[in-house]
Amino acid sequence: MRFFRKLTRRAALAMAGVAALTLAHAGTALAGDAKEPIKIGSFLAVTGPASFLGDPELKTLQLYIGKINKEGGVLGRPLKLVHYDAQHLAKKAVTFTRRLIEQDKVDLIIGGSTTGTTMAVVKLVERAQIPFISLAGASVIIDPVKKWVFKTPHTDRLAVRKIFSDMKKRGLSKLGLLSGSGGFDKSCAGNARKLAKDYGITIVADETHGKGDTDMTPQLTRIKNTPGVQAFLYCGFGAPTSIVARNFKQLGMKIPHYQSHGSASMKFIKGAQGGAEGVRLPVAALLVAEQLPDDNPQKKVALAYKRAYESAYNDSVSTFGGHAYDALMIAVNAIRRAGTTDKAKVRDAIEQTKNYIGADGIYNMSPTDHLGLDEKSFVMVEVRNGTWKLLK
Amino acid sequence: MLAEFLQFLFSGLTVGAVYGLIGLGFAVIYNASNVINFAQGEFVMIGGMATVFLMKAGLPMPPAVALAIAGAALVGWLLARFGIETAKGAGVVGLIIITIGASILLRGLAQVIWDRNFHPLPSISGDAPIHVLGATLLPQSLWIGAALIVIMAGLRHFFAHTRTGKAMRAAAIDPLAAQLMGVDVRRVVRLSFVLSAALGALAGVLVAPITMTYANVGVMLGLKGFAAAIVGGLGNPLGAIAGGLVVGIAEAMTAGYLSSAWKDVVAFVIILFVLLFMPNGLFGRAEAERA
Amino acid sequence: MSNLLSLRPGGLALLAAIIAAGPLVLQNGFHYNVAILAGINAMVCIGLNLLIGYAGQISLGHAGFFALGAYASAILPERFGFHPAGALLTGAVVVGLLAFAIARPILRLRGHYLAMATLGMGIIISIVLDQEVDITGGPDGMPVGDLTLFGQVVSGELAWYWLIGALLFVTTWLALNLVHSPVGRALKAVHGSEIAAAAMGVDVFHYKVLVFVFSAVLASVAGSLFAHYNGFITPDEASFIHSIQLVTMVVLGGMASIAGSIVGAVVLTVLPQMLAGFHDYEMIVFGAILMGTMILLPEGAVPTLAKRIRERLA
Repeated sequence: MRFFRKLTRRAALAMAGVAALTLAHAGTALAGDAKEPIKIGSFLAVTGPASFLGDPELKTLQLYIGKINKEGGVLGRPLKLVHYDAQHLAKKAVTFTRRLIEQDKVDLIIGGSTTGTTMAVVKLVERAQIPFISLAGASVIIDPVKKWVFKTPHTDRLAVRKIFSDMKKRGLSKLGLLSGSGGFDKSCAGNARKLAKDYGITIVADETHGKGDTDMTPQLTRIKNTPGVQAFLYCGFGAPTSIVARNFKQLGMKIPHYQSHGSASMKFIKGAQGGAEGVRLPVAALLVAEQLPDDNPQKKVALAYKRAYESAYNDSVSTFGGHAYDALMIAVNAIRRAGTTDKAKVRDAIEQTKNYIGADGIYNMSPTDHLGLDEKSFVMVEVRNGTWKLLK
Repeated sequence: MLAEFLQFLFSGLTVGAVYGLIGLGFAVIYNASNVINFAQGEFVMIGGMATVFLMKAGLPMPPAVALAIAGAALVGWLLARFGIETAKGAGVVGLIIITIGASILLRGLAQVIWDRNFHPLPSISGDAPIHVLGATLLPQSLWIGAALIVIMAGLRHFFAHTRTGKAMRAAAIDPLAAQLMGVDVRRVVRLSFVLSAALGALAGVLVAPITMTYANVGVMLGLKGFAAAIVGGLGNPLGAIAGGLVVGIAEAMTAGYLSSAWKDVVAFVIILFVLLFMPNGLFGRAEAERA
Repeated sequence: MSNLLSLRPGGLALLAAIIAAGPLVLQNGFHYNVAILAGINAMVCIGLNLLIGYAGQISLGHAGFFALGAYASAILPERFGFHPAGALLTGAVVVGLLAFAIARPILRLRGHYLAMATLGMGIIISIVLDQEVDITGGPDGMPVGDLTLFGQVVSGELAWYWLIGALLFVTTWLALNLVHSPVGRALKAVHGSEIAAAAMGVDVFHYKVLVFVFSAVLASVAGSLFAHYNGFITPDEASFIHSIQLVTMVVLGGMASIAGSIVGAVVLTVLPQMLAGFHDYEMIVFGAILMGTMILLPEGAVPTLAKRIRERLA
């Protein structure tokens, strides 16, 4: 009995110690400098399976917040980034968002690399009334419109539209669809099923593959052997995009091959080792900045971002970093226009974003559109000679 | 029809051979030490990632592969020496936890030392597919199959005809008796970790051209290899290979003829089925004792 | 009953005092959030520790039970008009039956087999949750409605804190009683030597199944509470990694130590928050804790420390 009492006392001491440490930790975070920085909070998937999203996003935020501070900050105040790695986990996203709002007292939140982490915190940011710009793809984030929630990446619906328009132009109407098991994959494939009718397209084969799958030839064989199939679309991202392209070539499939903007990274081309040749996909103009005509207003912005990112990190630019760039710039512009960090005023200013020329496209937000991009913001590219070729 | 079936079969055999190679690593370690090594998938990852980064550093492929395998073997030795041996008496549960800890630690280290991107490796003899009766096969698949056969024959010889191999078998059957007969059981355990780490790393190099490699590549591959080892009868090396092929083919056929959505469930349903109804595995080894 | 109650009054009183003192230390919603998550984890860990520490069986799939409870609370009220409390109970009963069905054949085998079976089961559950997009929302997860108890909506951090605190207290009390009851002594005997225990007339098998089912039901209830509290769940709750995290908490705190489970859960819930700035190293730290504890403190932090203190006092 005495033993147990001691034991629990120990436990109590340990717990108290841990609590004290957390508080101490929090204390240092609160002790900001005298200039009262504007705090930008973010939670991204920097590690874990979605790290290929969060990694360039965080690097972009760090790069540009540094740049802005060097140029004198915003409203004469420096920007301060408070970032936590929430991975792809909804639970972590919720805890870190609470931490950003209630402990770090940030002025605005950029984040949620994935749809799941974004949707998990929507209730929280709405209740706390804090402007929130998501970097995730799915359309459910802004449809229906939520007062405090915005996003910068093109929705998968826009991507599917772009692909279907291209198919229609080429007279292709029978589609074989393959998608992975991730949230993005499922949402993209769902939109393809929904929108097909509008473009006179029928989905004649509909296949999926599992997490971490290393061979998609069975699924592709089924699509190949589907009578009448005229085109192939893969919805997914990460390593499987390259594997699909390689398997596609291995099976000697000749039908037009489309992938989604989830494949918009040089890693897709390199990983496919030649298999990506001829694949068409919708991408943000950023990836083909050099090939844009000079009168394209996006060219200057996209080229500047691309050069800055590539020289700072010695890594090829991806559209994911572009989403973070646009989110930061939209936020900074809104704070400048509002002339304050008052949350309601900043929110209104974000909603009034008009003709902002970004890496992802030209944004025109409104009370009914918290994305502000249309189909035109995508360009269709084809992989040729190991790089992106802009299609006219 | 036949072409379709063959295509599924090729896919299943290729993937299954990989599972088998990984399952083999589980079997070798289990035999020598009664430990289920949950870090087996990480050896696969180390093999692939180390090769990629050594080649990036300018090494030609053969020495890069050799160094990567040696590196993995060293990690295997460290795990046996400082993880398993120092925790003598930790019991089944404790040893499982140690290897799980090692797998998380290795994945974390890989992300920090290397990176979080996925990387391709060049195939050994090109990517031009071979056509067989309307189905296609990658040359790399043949290499994987060939490696599996060579390793199988090599291990057979090793366990049946060499002194060390015989000692390992003796230690597996009855460690105490083996010890009394002058077998250094600790050495046997270390050797089993080194051997299966090297096997895992080799599998990692062989599959990377097909699957790509990244810091987390070992998680699912490791679990599937584990499934292979159980299906084959825990601790039965030949059974592990056969188990790998069974799981691989079952997956490919499920994806091909039923629904690809449920393909991943297959391996684990097979595990549960085998455990519930034939605890010695499909290919036997009276290991599971009835309590 | 009074006899059982008086078994460990000191420890329980201390736990109650710590929970009651919480609001003095917790300063904002984020602190409460961490404390509530720690409490939920502690509930799961207490059950899991009965299985690992007392019955000597490992489960690598408890996150699956947790997730089933969570999804029961998400889906049943939303789709079938269940009362949230009814959904929680339904989830617990279903999980109990599932655990019973798995445990009966598997626990007849020894050693690694339960680890494998629970691992396979956990992964199957997470794949099903991933795939059934129409019911579960798939990988993007789904929102969960509010919890109502006795006609009252549980809302706000403070209300949740007291609810979880009270439930943790009850769980601890139940577990301590179980441990110090004839069942607990039988379990200890099982862990020591199964054959000896059997020879002494202990129905080993029966007790192992009982503890497995009890721990699974606890995980399910904790999952339901988590779902309501968090307001949003994804299939990641069922992931292998989550199962491992739970086992780590038990191991760090100390096997066969109820207080240890609470400490382990609290430490490993708070630690990631302290390491938040070093996300690159989180996995390394986590893996090193697992290995280090098992190698250096095989009995876990709390029992080892307690032993040292006892030795010094003796």
